[in-house]
Amino acid sequence: MSAVIEEHHHDDHHHGPAKGLMRWVFTTNHKDIGTLYLWFSFIMFLLGGSFALVIRAELFQPGLQIVEPEFFNQLTTMHGLVMVFGAVMPAFVGLANWLVPMMIGAPDMALPRMNNYSFWILPFAFTMLASTFFMEGGAPNFGWTFYAPLSTDQGPPSTTLFIFAVHLMGISSIMGSINVVVTILNLRAPGMTLMQMPLFVWTWLITAYLLIAVMPVLAGVVTMMLMDIHFGTAFFNAGGGGDPVLFQHVFWFFGHPEVYIMILPAFGVVSAIIPTFARKRLFGYPSMVYATSSIAFLSFIVWAHHMFTVGIPLAGELYFMYATMLIAVPTGVKVFNWVATMWGGSMTFETPMLFAIAFVVLFTIGGLSGLMLAIVPADFQYHDTYFVVAHFHYVLVPGSVFSIMAAVYYWLPKWTGNMYNETLGKTHFWLSFIGINVLFFPQHFVGLAGMPRRIPDYALQFADYNMVSTVGAFLFGFSQLLFMFIVIQTIRGGKKATDRVWEGAHGLEWTIPSPAPYHTFSTPPKDLTEAHG
Amino acid sequence: MDRAKQCRWLVALSLLMTAGFVGADWSNINMRQGVTEISREVFDLHMVMLYVCIVIGIVVFGAMIISMLIHRKSIGAIPATFHDSTMVEIGWTVVPVIILVILAFPATQTLNAMYDASDADIDIEVRGLQWKWQYTYLNDDPAKEVSFISTMLTPADEIYNRAPKRENYLLDVDNELVIPVNKRVRFLITSADVIHSWWVPDFAVKKDAIPGFVHESWAVAEKVGTYRGKCAELCGKDHGFMPVVVRVVEQEEYDTWLAEKQAEAAEVFNTIGKTWTEAELMAEGEAVYNQSCASCHQANGQGLPPAFPALAGQGLSVGPIAEHIDIVLNGKAGTAMQAFGQQLNAAQLAGVITYERNSWGNKGDSVQPSEIHKMLGGQ
Repeated sequence: MSAVIEEHHHDDHHHGPAKGLMRWVFTTNHKDIGTLYLWFSFIMFLLGGSFALVIRAELFQPGLQIVEPEFFNQLTTMHGLVMVFGAVMPAFVGLANWLVPMMIGAPDMALPRMNNYSFWILPFAFTMLASTFFMEGGAPNFGWTFYAPLSTDQGPPSTTLFIFAVHLMGISSIMGSINVVVTILNLRAPGMTLMQMPLFVWTWLITAYLLIAVMPVLAGVVTMMLMDIHFGTAFFNAGGGGDPVLFQHVFWFFGHPEVYIMILPAFGVVSAIIPTFARKRLFGYPSMVYATSSIAFLSFIVWAHHMFTVGIPLAGELYFMYATMLIAVPTGVKVFNWVATMWGGSMTFETPMLFAIAFVVLFTIGGLSGLMLAIVPADFQYHDTYFVVAHFHYVLVPGSVFSIMAAVYYWLPKWTGNMYNETLGKTHFWLSFIGINVLFFPQHFVGLAGMPRRIPDYALQFADYNMVSTVGAFLFGFSQLLFMFIVIQTIRGGKKATDRVWEGAHGLEWTIPSPAPYHTFSTPPKDLTEAHG
Repeated sequence: MDRAKQCRWLVALSLLMTAGFVGADWSNINMRQGVTEISREVFDLHMVMLYVCIVIGIVVFGAMIISMLIHRKSIGAIPATFHDSTMVEIGWTVVPVIILVILAFPATQTLNAMYDASDADIDIEVRGLQWKWQYTYLNDDPAKEVSFISTMLTPADEIYNRAPKRENYLLDVDNELVIPVNKRVRFLITSADVIHSWWVPDFAVKKDAIPGFVHESWAVAEKVGTYRGKCAELCGKDHGFMPVVVRVVEQEEYDTWLAEKQAEAAEVFNTIGKTWTEAELMAEGEAVYNQSCASCHQANGQGLPPAFPALAGQGLSVGPIAEHIDIVLNGKAGTAMQAFGQQLNAAQLAGVITYERNSWGNKGDSVQPSEIHKMLGGQ
C-alpha cells in the first residue's frame, strides 16, 4: 500500500504541473508556455483592439469629437505595434509551442528554459510600451513604421523606451525562433523526414528562419535611431550628411519579411484544417512546401514596394514592381491547392472550417488588392490611402487573426479535453465575418476616392463609408468577447472530446488522449503513417 | 433544392450582381480619372487590374462555392482520393505568370512616361513644412521669384463642431498653387522638416517631400479648374490638416496673376526699409502668429508642453531678444521648431517676434524689419 502511495507521489513530482501561480512563472513545459503565449496574445488583442475602437469612434463622423490629433497619432501607432508584436506574433508562437512537439512526436521544445525566458520577456516589454501613455509627452506618435526624421527629431521622450521595448521583443522572437528551428531539426520522431512533416511545422520552420534573419535588422534600425537621438550621430538626418530614406530601406528590409512571418504559420493552420473537414488529403503537399519557401525567399527582395513614392530611380521601381508581382505566383499556388483540397471532398462546416474557408476567401481578396498595389503607376494613387489600410487589414485580420481563431477552435478540444459549444462558435464566426467585411470593405472605396491614412479628421465626401466602417468595427470588436466566453466555457467543462476529436483529422497530435497529458511522446511514436494527412 | 436548381440560382445571382456592378455609378468611390494624360493612363491601369482581380475572384470563389454546395457530407458526397496532379499544378503556375507579364507591359510604359520630367515650361519648387506647403516659382531673375505659403483655411470652429462644416471642409487653402492650362509644369519637391508627401489625385502625382532630397514630378493639366489633394505621409500632429489646392487657369489669367504676385513681392521688399510703428508691427505679427505659430504654441501662447513650449510669461519671449530672434529665424534642431527665416519675410518676422514679446501679459521690446533683413543677409 505504502509503495503505491509512494509511486503516486513520485509520479506527481515528475509528471504533473507544479501547484499554484509559480507553475506559470517557472514552467518549462511547452504546453504551459503555449497557453501563456496564447492568453498573453489575447489580452494584447483586446488592448490593441480597444485602441482601434477609439480610432474608429473618432472617425465615425467628420470633425474632432473624442480625441485630439496628438493622441490620435499615439493610438494609431500603439494599435499597430501592439497588434503586430503583441497579438499576432505571440499567438503563432503559442500555437507553435503547443503543436510543434505534438506534431513531430517530440517530448517538448528543445530548449525549455530558454522557452520560458522568451515568453516572460514579453509582459515586461509590453508593460513598458503601454506605460508610455502615462508619460510626459505621451506614447510614440509616429506610426508603427516610425519613419525618421519624425521619430528621431520630433519623437516624444518615451521614444527611448519604445526602442528598448522593441529590443526586448526582438530578443524574445529570436530566442523563440531558434527554439523552433532546433526542435524541428533535432527532435522529430525517428524516421520522420522533412517532407513528412505537417505543413504547420514546415511553415513555422520557414517563419523561424525569417525571424532570425530580420529581427536583428529591426534591432539595428532602432539602435541607429537611438544613436541619432542621444549620441549625436546622423544616420537619418540629412542635415548631418545622413539619409532619411535609408531608414525606410532598413525598416522595410525587416518589415516585408515581417508580414510573411505573420501569414506563413496561418497557411500551415489552414492546410491542417481544410483537409480534416473535407475528409481528403491536402492537395499538392510538395508544391505547398516549395511555394512557402519561394514566398519566404521573395520576401527578402521586394521591400521597396512599400516605398514607391520616395523617389527611387526608374530601374529600381521597375525591378521592385516585377519582383512584387512575382509573389502572386506561389501565393496563387497555395490558394489553388486549398480549393483543390476542398474539391471532391466530403465537407462539413464546423467552426474551424468556417474560419478556414473565410480565411481563403478574404485573404485572397487582400492578396488581389496587393497585386493592384504592385503596379507602380497605380500605387502612386493608392499609396498611403485607406486602400492600403483595407489591403493589409484584409490579409492580417481575416487572414492571420481568423487563422488563429480557426486553430483555437480546431485544437481546443485536444488542449482542454472538452468540445466547445458549436452553436456559439458559429455565432462568433458569423458575427466576426460580417463585422470584418462591414469594417474593412468600405475602406477600399474611401481610399480610392482619396482619403489618406493616419488622419484624425476627413473631408465630407468620405463621411458615409467611415460611418459604416465604424459600425463594423464595433460589431467585430465586441464579438470577440463572445470568443473569450466560449474559450473559458470550454476550459471549464463541456462535452468530452474523443482522442481523434474530428472524424477526418490526421496527425500525431490526434493519437494522444484528450486532453493532451502534461507530458506527451516521452518515448517517440513508432507509427508515423499518421504524421501528415 | 436539387443540385441543378442550386446551380441555376447561383448563375442568376451572379449575373444580377455583374449587371449591377457594371451599371452603377462608381465615380464617388473609385479612383479619379483626373485631368492629365498620365492620370487617365493610371486610371485605365487601375481598372484593368481591378477587372483582372474580379475575374480571378469569380473563378476561385466560384469553384469554392460550387464545391461547398456539391461536395458536402450532408448530401452524401464521398471524398475523392486524388491529392496531386503535376499537369494541373504546372498549369496554375504558368498561367498566372503569363497574365502578370501581360499586365507588366502597360505599367512599365506608363511609369516610363511619368519618370520623364524633362523640358518643363514652368518650374515650381514645392516645399513641405509642418503643416503647410511653400510654393516658389523659380525664375532666373531673383527679383521676379514669387514664393508663398499655402495653409489650410478651415477654422477650428468647424473642426470642433462649433460651426457647420462648409463645402471643401479641410480642403481649402489661403493661397492656391496657380498654374496655366496645357503647360508642362515641373514640380521640384522637398521638405524643410520631416517627410511629407505632395499629392494631387487629379494629376496622378504623389511624391514624398523629404528633407535633403529634391524629387521631380510633372503634369500637363488639360482642364481649367480647382484640384484638391492632401499630404499623404504622416508628418506629425496636423498631418490631416495640410491640403494641397491647385488652380488651373488660362494662360492670360496666369500671366496677370503672376505679374500681380511679382509686384506684391517688390512692394514688400520696399516696406522693409521704413521704420514701423509698434502698432503696425503688432498687427502684422498677430496675423503671422495665427497663421504660422498658433497651431503649436496655441493662440493664447500657452503651447502644448512638453513638445510645444508656452510663450506666455516664460522662455524665449521674455528672455534676451537676440536668442529669441535666433530661434525664430533658424529653428531649433531636434524639435518641431522650424527655421522661419526661410519662410517669412523680414517684416513678418519682425512683426511676429514683436507680437510674441508683447502679448499675453508679456511686456518687452520690439524689433524693426530692417534689422531682421540684415540678419538674413540682406543689404
